Amino acid sequence: MKKLVTALLLFGAFAWAESPQAVAIRNAKIVTVSGPPMAKGTVVLRDGLIEAVGENVPVPADAWVVEGEGMTVYPGLIDAMSTVGIPSLAPAPSTGAVSGRGGRGAPTTAAPTATTAAPTPRSMGPEDRPQTASWVLAADEIQPTDPRIATVRSAGFSTTVTFPERGIFGGQGSIVDLSGAEKTGEMVVVPAVGQYIALARGGFGGGMGGGFPGALMGYIAYVRQIYLDADHYKLVKEAYAKDPRGMARPQYDRALEGVLDSRRILLPANRVVEMDRMLRFAAELKQPVILYGMREGYRPEAAAVLKKYNSPVLVSLKWSEPPRDADPEQEESLRTLENIDLGPSTPGLLKKAGVPFALYADGLDQARDLQRAVKRAIDAGLSREDALRALTLAPAQIYNVADRMGSIEKGKIANLLVTKGELFDDNTRIQMIFVDGKQFKPADEAPAGGRGMTTDNPGVNQ
Amino acid sequence: MRKLLCAGLMAALAPLGAETIVIRNATIMTVTKGTVKGSVVVKDGKIAEVGEKVLEPQGATIIDAAGQYVIPGIIDCHSHIAVDGGVNEGSVSVSSMVDIKDVINPEDISIYRALAGGVTTANILHGSANAIGGKTIVLKMRWGKDAQQMIFEGATPGIKFALGENPKRAGNPQGGGRGAGAQTVQARYPATRMGVEDTIREAFNEAKAYKAGWDAYDAKVAKGEHPIPPRKDLKLEALKEVLEGKRYVHAHCYRQDEILMLLRVADDYGFKIRTLQHVLEGYKVAKEIAAHGAGGSTFSDWFNYKMEAVDAIPYNAALMQKYGVVVSLNSDDAELMRHLNTEAGKAMKYGGVSESEALAMVTLNPAKQLGIDNRVGSVDVGKDADLVIYDKYPLSDYAKVQKVLIDGTVYFDRDKEVSERPAKEAQKKKLTDQEKQLQQQQRPQGGRGGRIG
Repeated sequence: MKKLVTALLLFGAFAWAESPQAVAIRNAKIVTVSGPPMAKGTVVLRDGLIEAVGENVPVPADAWVVEGEGMTVYPGLIDAMSTVGIPSLAPAPSTGAVSGRGGRGAPTTAAPTATTAAPTPRSMGPEDRPQTASWVLAADEIQPTDPRIATVRSAGFSTTVTFPERGIFGGQGSIVDLSGAEKTGEMVVVPAVGQYIALARGGFGGGMGGGFPGALMGYIAYVRQIYLDADHYKLVKEAYAKDPRGMARPQYDRALEGVLDSRRILLPANRVVEMDRMLRFAAELKQPVILYGMREGYRPEAAAVLKKYNSPVLVSLKWSEPPRDADPEQEESLRTLENIDLGPSTPGLLKKAGVPFALYADGLDQARDLQRAVKRAIDAGLSREDALRALTLAPAQIYNVADRMGSIEKGKIANLLVTKGELFDDNTRIQMIFVDGKQFKPADEAPAGGRGMTTDNPGVNQ
Repeated sequence: MRKLLCAGLMAALAPLGAETIVIRNATIMTVTKGTVKGSVVVKDGKIAEVGEKVLEPQGATIIDAAGQYVIPGIIDCHSHIAVDGGVNEGSVSVSSMVDIKDVINPEDISIYRALAGGVTTANILHGSANAIGGKTIVLKMRWGKDAQQMIFEGATPGIKFALGENPKRAGNPQGGGRGAGAQTVQARYPATRMGVEDTIREAFNEAKAYKAGWDAYDAKVAKGEHPIPPRKDLKLEALKEVLEGKRYVHAHCYRQDEILMLLRVADDYGFKIRTLQHVLEGYKVAKEIAAHGAGGSTFSDWFNYKMEAVDAIPYNAALMQKYGVVVSLNSDDAELMRHLNTEAGKAMKYGGVSESEALAMVTLNPAKQLGIDNRVGSVDVGKDADLVIYDKYPLSDYAKVQKVLIDGTVYFDRDKEVSERPAKEAQKKKLTDQEKQLQQQQRPQGGRGGRIG
């Protein structure tokens, strides 16, 4: 035990120093996710990759050794939908009380935060491309200095799928390893995984003065028009490329370029009605789709609808709660009560129905809140294995990166989570997190002001 | 157990499949063939037989309606229920790119309540915030089905137009703030009735040019050429459909001058106004409305709620009808929608129309206006079995809906509804108590570090 503490202290001290080339965690319980767990095994990390994993793997001579007795090793968690890494998307200003871990590099030059701020002139129709930043890649906006990186890493996340959520076409998400690299580019696993689409401007569409679109049907019409325009744009561009002579030069449109570059779309859907509506819509647009939200995913009709299209879904871990400071005389509708009562059973039921899904933190970036939220799903019928999978291999599969992350396998990226106690238990402590082979210790007190997703209420489209 | 109960409730809500039904011993108000005492036979979702003596198919479900009345399902030609996320795309003066079809909310409780008031079909309209509003859709109140299954299959889609105070934004023509701390609302053209006309004309000028572009393209394709198609514009596409007669115009209006204006604009551009909605001064220009062929969908006696509604009279429906206009009475309101039968009754009181004519104003006439009278609107053999059973004379305040059938399926049953209430109440109480308990448990612990939730 003493030895262990020493090792930990040593590692803590070296956390932001040069990381060793190779690390071996031995005699630990290893939950690989892709295969059966090993009661006692060794994982060897080298140059940011998993070099070996197994029960009888020798420890290389040059490796730093972590005595894993009494510890469990999991793949690093993946938050399937996040804004972490883009500081300007955090609603609360940073307090500056940030632990230095991870933020080794000098702050990069200020990101172009104003690129996609809400356009000021009043939009008069789809042609004005309202609230559109389809061309923006999260990868280009990531800043290693975002304090939320350390916060969510302390909750066990090695990776986020970060979306520049600013507007209807918010931009394209990127898979980001929270390694706090000197260069942003080193953090990016995949620069473009899909277009984030929202169907509300942070609230209910008033429609009487805010410019087009105002009502939900306006948002839908706008998205539809964009895809019609993109098809036409492509047609004209191709014709022009073939033979420009005698043909008017097609006008460059970055909004359409961004849409055409997107390999899939993410659409909000909380209610069953919205799931049905959005899946139909995606089919009409001929786009591969991932739905996010899923507040009513527990309802029997939900699984039936989702099964029909077989698209993967992202389930928000922010379960429905009774409204805060509500009028005590106010009676909730039966539907709201059911959402509160049965919401956490969604993942278990989706699993049973065979709907591919991943969980996303949706702003629950404190380890404690996250563990409690996952625990509620487990208590409501999701197995521990499936809960872990929904935060590791499942998102990796949904975003087509299961060949490089999501489980502890030889050759995959060295993203690991080491705990004392079983993950998602109340008393479990996260001991260390490896991201790209680099070791981090959870911050004792996560910095304040770190929370806040912009999808507080994803799919407010009612 | 909880889950089971939930599933049980869902199953109870889902209507049974269409079966063969005989409604016996009823007083049947057919609308087209007067009142018959006898039976209605329903087979495969259609009305198979109506008469004093009918051949009752073997194994048919019998509904004994002794002392009760059967009328065709009520049709509301002007409703805004079952819409998610706002009924107005009011940001622009021409919002024909938006479509109610995209935002149908089949779970809106107003559908069930309308059903309980005998409504089986409704024309769901975009709001009246702009001169040319969004596309509209006709729904059957098939409570429990999904959005697509609610759509009245084959019904011609429509588009909402609006004249007068709403589109010119009376009270706020110059823009300005809306309430404390509101963002500044920029003025939106038009601000006058002249501007409303101009907006519609401009839109159709654009639509004509757009149509010409597509027509030229289609002609080239027909000749075997492979030109690049024009850009598809959702806003103009809807107006092109109006010009081609593939989309009905339902125009919100009040005053005689604007009614005449719109009819002239339509004549100029070669399209038809399918219905004039509200049309409270229709009685002043009924001849002109009839000549154009537009229907009139009005209120029974709702008036004086704004300046342009002061010249309304409860005789409007009867007077327009006298001049040959097809007249319906609509609700424009989720509450009024539940008792359109008594709205029809008022037309008998004011204007002295016959019982059948009055009933037609909420059944056959709106069906005609929506172009679905071959399917619904009367109790006739071959039509959809959309039927309402009342316990008393339907055009009276005392009548209560007992059962409602759509396509031969019972979608509302008063006895069933009443008997299921205790179970739902119990479930709700259980969950409410559970929630209260949870909140009490959490309270003594205080804040979990202050930054939760």
